[in-house]
Amino acid sequence: MRFLRPFSVAFAAAVMLFAGLAAAQQPIKVGIGIAQTGPLGGGGKAALLALNMWVDDVNAKGGLLGRKVQLISYDDQSNPGTTPGIYTKLLDVDKVDLIIAPYGTNPTAPIMPLVKQRDLLLMGNFSFDVNAQIKHDKWFNNAPWGAGAVAWGATFLEAGKALGGKTVAFMAADAEFAQNLATGSRQIAKAMGLQTVYDQNYPPNTVDFSSMIRAVRNAKPDILFVASYPGESAAIVRAVNEIGVGPSVKLIGGGMVGLQFAPIMEALGPLLNGFVNYNSYVPEKSLDNPGIRDFLAKYRPRAVQEKVDPLGFYLPPYNYAIGQMLEQAVTATKSLDHKVLADYIRKNEMKTIVGNIRYDAVGEWAKPMVVMAQFRGVQGKDLEQFRQAGKQVIIAPASMKTGEVLPYDKARK
Amino acid sequence: MDLQLLFEATVSGVLLGCFYAAVSLGLSIAFGLLDVPHIAHPSFLVLGAFGAYVLGGYGIDPLVAGLLLMPVFFVFGLGVYQFYYATFERRGTDTGLRGLAFFFGVAFIVEVGLILAFGVDQRMVEAPYIGESLEIGEMRLPYRMLVAFGMAVVLMAVLSVYLSRTFTGRAIKAVAQDEGALRLMGVDPVRVKRIAFGLATAVTAVTGALLIIVGPVEPGLGRIYIGRTFCVVVLAGLGSVPGTVVAGLILGIAESIVLSTAGAAWAPAVSFGILLMVLAVRPAGLFGR
Repeated sequence: MRFLRPFSVAFAAAVMLFAGLAAAQQPIKVGIGIAQTGPLGGGGKAALLALNMWVDDVNAKGGLLGRKVQLISYDDQSNPGTTPGIYTKLLDVDKVDLIIAPYGTNPTAPIMPLVKQRDLLLMGNFSFDVNAQIKHDKWFNNAPWGAGAVAWGATFLEAGKALGGKTVAFMAADAEFAQNLATGSRQIAKAMGLQTVYDQNYPPNTVDFSSMIRAVRNAKPDILFVASYPGESAAIVRAVNEIGVGPSVKLIGGGMVGLQFAPIMEALGPLLNGFVNYNSYVPEKSLDNPGIRDFLAKYRPRAVQEKVDPLGFYLPPYNYAIGQMLEQAVTATKSLDHKVLADYIRKNEMKTIVGNIRYDAVGEWAKPMVVMAQFRGVQGKDLEQFRQAGKQVIIAPASMKTGEVLPYDKARK
Repeated sequence: MDLQLLFEATVSGVLLGCFYAAVSLGLSIAFGLLDVPHIAHPSFLVLGAFGAYVLGGYGIDPLVAGLLLMPVFFVFGLGVYQFYYATFERRGTDTGLRGLAFFFGVAFIVEVGLILAFGVDQRMVEAPYIGESLEIGEMRLPYRMLVAFGMAVVLMAVLSVYLSRTFTGRAIKAVAQDEGALRLMGVDPVRVKRIAFGLATAVTAVTGALLIIVGPVEPGLGRIYIGRTFCVVVLAGLGSVPGTVVAGLILGIAESIVLSTAGAAWAPAVSFGILLMVLAVRPAGLFGR
């Protein structure tokens, strides 16, 4: 039987080679739980489309490390309660190589302990201050807010002060994101010497805001800071227009999620005029960028086909950027090891379609780029008008300003 | 608290309460009178809202759209009940739990169907009374809430008269009390229940239109209304139309006042606290027998 030995060795070598090749042919799995239904579903669908566009693009270039990339996604139903289960399944059953956080602060917060415990790289997806307490060193947010509410709340409140504001009212949803933002902004208001004359948290899914807007009007603030979610943001805009906030209010808005989504902008139309709200991208000259421009040109036809946000300004470019950051890190390090990748992202400038990003110690943008834009001259319900400059004028920060802030009463006319 | 603000909050609460009562009416019939665990009721409301949204695209006023959709929803309700009866009720045992699972399934089918058809975005309708308000002195009342209030009052009055003055209406009330006695009188209780469920579903066409008039709607909104509508129906005393109005008003006024005062975040706790207190004193609900 000795003559068979060389064949056995050759057979074993062949098996090992094939096993190695088979492993090499396995796709790199990237997992995400992201809202496809519920209040955040509109944003989540647009974000997922952008991630799929990145997967298509990277696979067209031959994939990563010679392997195709596969995106595995589950619907978190906009329900934070579902995300720990989804990410456990992604990690333990689907055996994904990399993970991306769900869209939004509320669904991300419950998975932070899991991610920290397993010491995983987590690419954040438009969360706000979700890593402030946990301080996980492998967290990197794609959102341009920066750490804390400084770039966000301070920018808005300073605009209010510039209009002569001395008093402020806070209206915030009783949920993670809105509370994080409102808490930070309250401290900033205090430090800026603004007197708080009204401060209320409302329960999520409130149907009618007439009563709260009356109470705000009664308090006669100069500035009204709102931190709300999509359906509530639309209801608040309506209530403000119907009930009126009184002549004292010079600035309204700040942290209203949803006023960046095409269907809500289209439906509210001129009711939006005068509101000043945060954004990540608006089609103004100072934010014009060939990367985003090219991306949006490719995004539009697919968005129409897949019935998702046809504008795609807010989340999609930044979700595509998540893919680009993973691509850059994996290609440069030739590794899928989370520690190696996190080290690379922390130490290097990440080149994306939304700009070059450097991260700070808590995984937020070292140079925040959140903009405050004021709706002006919106007429009728034509969605196309929002693609033009001048409908969302950037009033802050100064480096990106395309116009001066106008008092609410004047800007809504 | 400022008296003017309190007065305005109370008026707002009355409008909101009538809206809550209106969206609970269908459930009051299906669950209150027929004992059908109709957990899909809020999904039917959302379906009605999207019906109004679609017809709105053709320039039809959402309220008119709701009225136009009533016959379609009536037939849909007949079909759903017939399926429920043939599959669960006729077989007798364990109807409650299986029925609950069935209606959960129906709710998911409706929600997923709406997502496939319309996507997941928030939808709103246009009408001359949306975005404007009635000014009375310093007080401003949104026309959309006044329209919802008016429609709710008309709907509840019509339903109340129908249930107490017509033969079929009385038969519906009778079937809730004693199905056997009704059968002895030569009336087919299954037919009466089918009509009643059809009626409950038809009502959701109009109240669904109210839903999208009052605020933005997305396919998953029904989940949020499960608690509110069941709270109104149970607080009312199962199946009572006047009770539904009173329960809606209590919850609406309580919510409105709490939202106007310090502690707005407590609004749902106050509403459900009232429910618990009432049930402790009157386990059958305010108007229950």
